[in-house]
Amino acid sequence: MTVTTAANGTTTANVSAATASAAASAAATAEATGPQSLTMAKALNTAMADAMRTDPAVLVFGEDVGMLGGVFRITDGLMAEFGEQRCFDTPLAESGIVGMAVGMAINGMRPVIEMQFDAFAYPAFEQIVSHVAKMHNRTKGKLKMPMVIRVPYAGGIGGVEHHCDSSESYYAHTAGLKVYTPATVADGYRMLREAIDSDDPVMFMEPKKLYWSKDQVDLGALRAEHDAGTSTEGRAAVARPGTDATLIAYGPSVPTALAAAAAAAEEGRSLEVIDVRTLVPFDDETVCASVRKTGRAVVIAEAHGFASVSSEIVARVQERAFHYLAAPILRVTGFDVPFPSPKLEHYYLPSVDRILDAVDDLQWED
Amino acid sequence: MTIHADHSAPETVVEDQAADVRTKFGISVEDYMLPARHQIQMVNPDGTLRSHDEQGTEPGHEYPTPGDAELMAAYEQLVVGRRVNDQNSALVRQGRMAVYPSSHGQEACQVAAAMCLSEGDWLFPTYRDAVAVMTRGVDPVEVMTIFRGDWHGGYDPTEHNVGIQCTPLTTQLLHAVGVAHAAKLRGEDTVVMAMCGDGATSEGDFHEALNFAAVFHLPVIFFVQNNKYAISVPLSHQSVAPSLAHKAVGYGMAGERVDGNDLVALLAVMDRAVKLAREGSGPLLIEAHTYRMQAHTNADDATRYRPDSEVAEWQAKDPLARMKSYLTDKGLLDDEAGARIAEHAEAVATQLREGLGEDVPVQPLDLFKYVFAKPTSQLKEQSELLASELARAESAGNTGNAHNSGSESAK
Repeated sequence: MTVTTAANGTTTANVSAATASAAASAAATAEATGPQSLTMAKALNTAMADAMRTDPAVLVFGEDVGMLGGVFRITDGLMAEFGEQRCFDTPLAESGIVGMAVGMAINGMRPVIEMQFDAFAYPAFEQIVSHVAKMHNRTKGKLKMPMVIRVPYAGGIGGVEHHCDSSESYYAHTAGLKVYTPATVADGYRMLREAIDSDDPVMFMEPKKLYWSKDQVDLGALRAEHDAGTSTEGRAAVARPGTDATLIAYGPSVPTALAAAAAAAEEGRSLEVIDVRTLVPFDDETVCASVRKTGRAVVIAEAHGFASVSSEIVARVQERAFHYLAAPILRVTGFDVPFPSPKLEHYYLPSVDRILDAVDDLQWED
Repeated sequence: MTIHADHSAPETVVEDQAADVRTKFGISVEDYMLPARHQIQMVNPDGTLRSHDEQGTEPGHEYPTPGDAELMAAYEQLVVGRRVNDQNSALVRQGRMAVYPSSHGQEACQVAAAMCLSEGDWLFPTYRDAVAVMTRGVDPVEVMTIFRGDWHGGYDPTEHNVGIQCTPLTTQLLHAVGVAHAAKLRGEDTVVMAMCGDGATSEGDFHEALNFAAVFHLPVIFFVQNNKYAISVPLSHQSVAPSLAHKAVGYGMAGERVDGNDLVALLAVMDRAVKLAREGSGPLLIEAHTYRMQAHTNADDATRYRPDSEVAEWQAKDPLARMKSYLTDKGLLDDEAGARIAEHAEAVATQLREGLGEDVPVQPLDLFKYVFAKPTSQLKEQSELLASELARAESAGNTGNAHNSGSESAK
């Protein structure tokens, strides 16, 4: 294992060189080639493991992430493989976790930390907004914040109070934070690897209802893509091509948008689905190109609509593509109510029917 | 795969620590963690040395008197620190700086916090700790530009291992913990000094930082300058603990109280704390009793919440006068040395006057330059917008705000 020079110029000796290099060879041979069925949970887990094998400065910590492997098992096996110096449990204190990560980033490490649930991250809000987001700016780049704050977020799992918030807008609103949210298994791997590589702090919003979604992915190909430096930051994906209207979605809403597009296709309407992928930075180009092509758009998000990422998307698109629009851009979002209890959440969440109703309202008769 | 997690019961950890304390100091772990019955004080306000019995020391709380060279070097920094505080307050009155939270009266704490550290150690200061930052070696003008309003930070933290001065309360204590943790993982013997005030001990991050440092057994010294007021609110409204140093035992670390206007005692206590931390004894909490002689900042009016008599009482305990008298009596400080030190202080004051008197033009486009390491297309667009406004203003001969040039820029 090599000695690396971290972002702040500190020389980072390997904290457990023997463990890491042994694991690297073991893992590289284990799952190298060919498509396989993988959950997003495993893709995220593999991304962290690969990053830890590559760079001894990458550390994983948070609540229950060690022995247990996280309440969602996303960090499963990392402590066993990399030792408790590199993957460990902290006291139960979110501000403490983020604040300590700031200090570690100052001193040459690349922390990847877990906030157990969206709404449990709020005690860390001050650290995130006042320090994580501002350190690079205050020090004119002398101190970088190469850290990833992983946040399992959003609903659809029948979670009780405080377990289902869509908190992305708070972070997206804060200058200095990048906000990623993967919607596919492959993106789970690629985007987490890129977030860990980033010298900027990344709020990594993981749609918890998609943790167990499966897809055929080729990890060998994804690793090669990563090593070649392929980037998803600021690059939205066309999740499904179409011609009549554009559905703009991200994270947990992408599968819902795709289902709506499939249903619309049966009725003879061709909907293009854009997966925004990184909310910050936002890919104006891909989104607006799609809307210019179709002339109609619906933005879909689980979060409350008022003063949200979805309202930002509408504003940006109308500023840039107004003359191409055949109808006002509509939104299907969560209602402006606290996230509901399990038996009520399906009334709140954007559904295929609600999306199709919005599409029907895009002034097709004009 | 073998699981090596250390899931030892807390009792085991505590027992090990207790055995360690017994071996080292011959006292119980409780007696070690609880502060000594009295604050550590070595020099009286009139400059006379207290007898060993009166210094507040106890078994396990013994502090050797610092050497002459260290005392003289510290005194010099003390004089410089006082001069800097008063110069900066004057610069605020002259409008050269927007604000300056002065540590006038607390300079002994400032000097000790910086001087006890070695080169590779780190210091995490608050907004009132500019003198400590400077004592650590950071260029005085760079320290103060934050208060002139050029940028929200004026020095490179990596140059002297000094965190950027922190305005939110106690958030920086966790950064100190993280720096220490990273160093420990790499096997380095870095010690980290984490500074805060008395009011700040009410904050949640104070608790989280002390607990993290203790649980991970990190070489962090939490240094609380108890200057009796959080802006206007007295300590009695923040805490009714026997002392702030008593909070240490609740986290499983040692606490100590020291006379914060007695530089000799401060150096003795801090030097030992650094030594213990470097040797692997874990974190320590030190509470220094001092007094904020001036208002919170120039925007504050201290007469609204504290009597002049109280200020006068503390004036008599001034750290500078005390140290001067002590060193003179000890035969270390003569007129010649005094003059040389005064000259040094004056040179720094001149440097500040000249450095801060100079109007360095701000670079508006820097606004966008440092938000991210890898810039976004949105910021590039916004940067171009401002650049075109600036260009328009310049071509119109208007060197001021581009928005004065008309409604054009609102488009």
